[in-house]
Amino acid sequence: MHYLINDKPVDVLADPRTSLLDMLRDHLGLMGAKKGCNQGACGACTVLVDGERINACLALAVQYEGRAITTVEGLSGGGDALHPLQEGFIEHDGFQCGYCTPGQLCSAVAMLDEVARGVPSAVTADLDASSIDLGSDELRERMSGNLCRCGAYNGIAAAITELHTKVPA
Amino acid sequence: MTSIQEAAQTLLKTAIGMVPARWLPGGTPDPLMHKHGLIGAPVSRLDGPLKVQGRARFAAEVPMEGLTYAALLHSSIARGRIAAIDTSAAEAAPGVVFVMTHRNAPRLSPPVLMNSKPKAAGTSNLPVMQDAEIHWNGQPIAVLLADTQEQADHAVSLIRVRYESATAITDFEASKGTTRVPRDILGEPPSVEKGDAEGALKQAAFQVDATYRTPFQNHNAIELHAATLAWDGDNLTIHDATQMVTHVGWTMAQIFGIREDQVRIMSPYVGGGFGGKSLWDHQIVAAAASRVSGRPVRMVLSREGVFRSVGGRTTTEQRVALGARSDGKLTALIHTGTAAMTTHNDCPEQFTFPARHLYSADDIRIAQRIADMNIVANTFMRAPGESIGTFALECAMDELAEAMNIDPIELRRRNEPAKDPTSGNEFSSRNLMEAYTRGAERFGWDKRSATPGARQEGEWHIGMGVATATYPYYRMPGGSVRIRLTADGRAIVSTAVHEMGMGTATVQAQHAAERLGLPMDQVLFEYGDTALPDGSMAGGSSQTVSVAAGIIAAHDALKTALLKLAGNDSPLAGLKADAVEARDGGLACRKDPSKQESYVSILRRAGREEISAEASAAPPLEAQKFSMHSYGAQFCEVRVSAITGEVRVSRFLGSFDCGRILNAKTAASQFRGGIIMGLGLALMEETQRDPRSGRIMNPSLAEYHVPVHMDVPEIDVIWTDIPDPHSPLGARGIGEIGITGVGAAVANAVYNATGKRVRSLPITLDKLL
Repeated sequence: MHYLINDKPVDVLADPRTSLLDMLRDHLGLMGAKKGCNQGACGACTVLVDGERINACLALAVQYEGRAITTVEGLSGGGDALHPLQEGFIEHDGFQCGYCTPGQLCSAVAMLDEVARGVPSAVTADLDASSIDLGSDELRERMSGNLCRCGAYNGIAAAITELHTKVPA
Repeated sequence: MTSIQEAAQTLLKTAIGMVPARWLPGGTPDPLMHKHGLIGAPVSRLDGPLKVQGRARFAAEVPMEGLTYAALLHSSIARGRIAAIDTSAAEAAPGVVFVMTHRNAPRLSPPVLMNSKPKAAGTSNLPVMQDAEIHWNGQPIAVLLADTQEQADHAVSLIRVRYESATAITDFEASKGTTRVPRDILGEPPSVEKGDAEGALKQAAFQVDATYRTPFQNHNAIELHAATLAWDGDNLTIHDATQMVTHVGWTMAQIFGIREDQVRIMSPYVGGGFGGKSLWDHQIVAAAASRVSGRPVRMVLSREGVFRSVGGRTTTEQRVALGARSDGKLTALIHTGTAAMTTHNDCPEQFTFPARHLYSADDIRIAQRIADMNIVANTFMRAPGESIGTFALECAMDELAEAMNIDPIELRRRNEPAKDPTSGNEFSSRNLMEAYTRGAERFGWDKRSATPGARQEGEWHIGMGVATATYPYYRMPGGSVRIRLTADGRAIVSTAVHEMGMGTATVQAQHAAERLGLPMDQVLFEYGDTALPDGSMAGGSSQTVSVAAGIIAAHDALKTALLKLAGNDSPLAGLKADAVEARDGGLACRKDPSKQESYVSILRRAGREEISAEASAAPPLEAQKFSMHSYGAQFCEVRVSAITGEVRVSRFLGSFDCGRILNAKTAASQFRGGIIMGLGLALMEETQRDPRSGRIMNPSLAEYHVPVHMDVPEIDVIWTDIPDPHSPLGARGIGEIGITGVGAAVANAVYNATGKRVRSLPITLDKLL
């Protein structure tokens, strides 16, 4: 199977039962995406497929053949450089143990893109609005698929808000 | 007094004489206790860049040559025996390397129970996969190794088991019929009688007497329990997810009949622990299967596997009865109750601990009992006992305040004790009322109406509640720290402790840098590996002060060694260790700072590449002499829907008194994290067990709800920052106190909003309709 993973072409041979998450971790050694429940409940495995967030544990690798996949390892474009959101997580202490962090980061990057495209959420009052104001409720609703048991939610929200207000939508 | 008691008292007095003078009255205080430099600074986590890039390697992520993947089969009955187990189809399945059951497992000694020996880590003392006996629904009864996880997961489903069931106790209500008194509760007596509390209650002008119930809960760290391990001859290496590497190493050595130094445990990153990452069956059977098969093993529990084979906070039923005079002074305080446990573990859930020291009641009665059940061994979960004990006690205080028409904070103020009410010891440092005063002002407590249901906005009833947070000070005995100074002026500080997100590595690097007079980037803190000096466990909110005391001891030893090495040619010649202090990358005379020499100069002149000193902290006897606890005031505002009964927490403030705060950034996260887990405890968390079969019915994060982003408002945390004069660095633990008092603060706010008093957790909407 062929993929574009973090901008690099990759060929993988895997059991058709293999999830996208297990393919990344066990076959490619990309350990950034985490396994926390293996049933789509915690969000620790969140990766981007063509820029959209999905739970890699609920996806079979074969389903995504030929697609562009971005994991936390690919967020910053390589090397020691950090994505501004990664820097924000450190500054605002948006994690403690760090296990849910890659999923939170990938999820937030895609979420900001959804907001920029005007995609509504369950708490959006006006579904036809041309732009969405990313207030506290919108942000928290949109990030609620990513659990953090350490309880770093305030720091995560602060980091995302800071990036959102810095970068014009 | 008996001769044994006399001997014990003499021994204790002698022992207290060994407490370092800097932590006792009249001793020279540690100058760092009050110094503002790196100590207290909001330094960002040193492991931050690795974690945000996904480059921190957790236990399930360590590569190994020839790895096999493990899958567990769990018992589907709660008690009885395995009559027959057929593994032939599983063994014939593609990729299967080995199937282990009690029939072919190597002989293993049972795990030694935690707290029964200094380095014991066992959460149960049942033999692991050694016989056909079943003790709980979920017990691992077979482990299968295959070349891939998919092969292992499929093949384990092919194992067929026939059971002979026996009668099991799987219903807490039924188990309460036969309870027993535990031998002790973490070394404390299970009961305390001061005066005649039942009699005083009957005579009291005002009375509250209520029963509170709390359910079984699971830690649910997002990282699944995992181990990647291999044998080399009789030497075992485990990359584990654990909060007690030294203890797991020692205990595994006992189980496998090898020397402690033949086991190496590495756990540099742990994806959350909260008390749940200790030693459970999965590490033991994985190591056993690896030994027999000769292959390395990766064992990752499924989320269901975590629920079924790793215990959590146990079920309790508690009675709190309070009697008061008309001036609000407590005449009777009774806190009794029962916790579910098993006959093969020792975690009695110390829910009566807060009542032993919080209030100056005339007469006090404390009594805890155990109801033995056939369930997975319960264990320590963030503030075991104190989290749910404060729920009962602090709800009862609110009920009493309501009955007497006194402000709940004022009621607490009137019962603030001068000395510990049960031990009679002086408090080392207690500023609970200051925490209340500052918290009340910041939260706007004066805007609360004492009348329940007085405030409503649309469909939402709005209410405020308050409760006391408290958690004991613990410092673990044992554990050593090594400090190495190198000729290029760097320091490496090493001890086998743990970083699960508490900020350990960052805070101790701050501490060591300040103590050594070095910039932080010249200090490396090594941890999470049994190849390092023995470390204390990450438990009881004790690790920070335990390591701090170890660093202080090692630093004392290092100063002596440096002065000896410096010799007569040094400006420091003739000075004793206690006459010098660290300054600007070297040592200087305290009284005459012109006498100074850098570490680099001392080492170079002696022609040395490095100098090293290792020492253990003095025994934690300060906690014997003083009543040492952390405190806090938890303020909560809730909105309760009049239509659905849904509870939303709209505002929360924690105001803490925990001694000196060592890193303002990571400490705030610890407090918030505890409070958020407390919101889960208050409103949603419950492990549901089928009372007939004992099987856990909601073993997933989809059905066991933990707080998500939307459940958590911005949480305000403040602290007194008053150093405790009797603890290392003036600090007390902060990892667990955040969860205490939260259940009661939420329940009291719900009452203030609606007039409905919910005495059983979690406060789900059905209880409010």
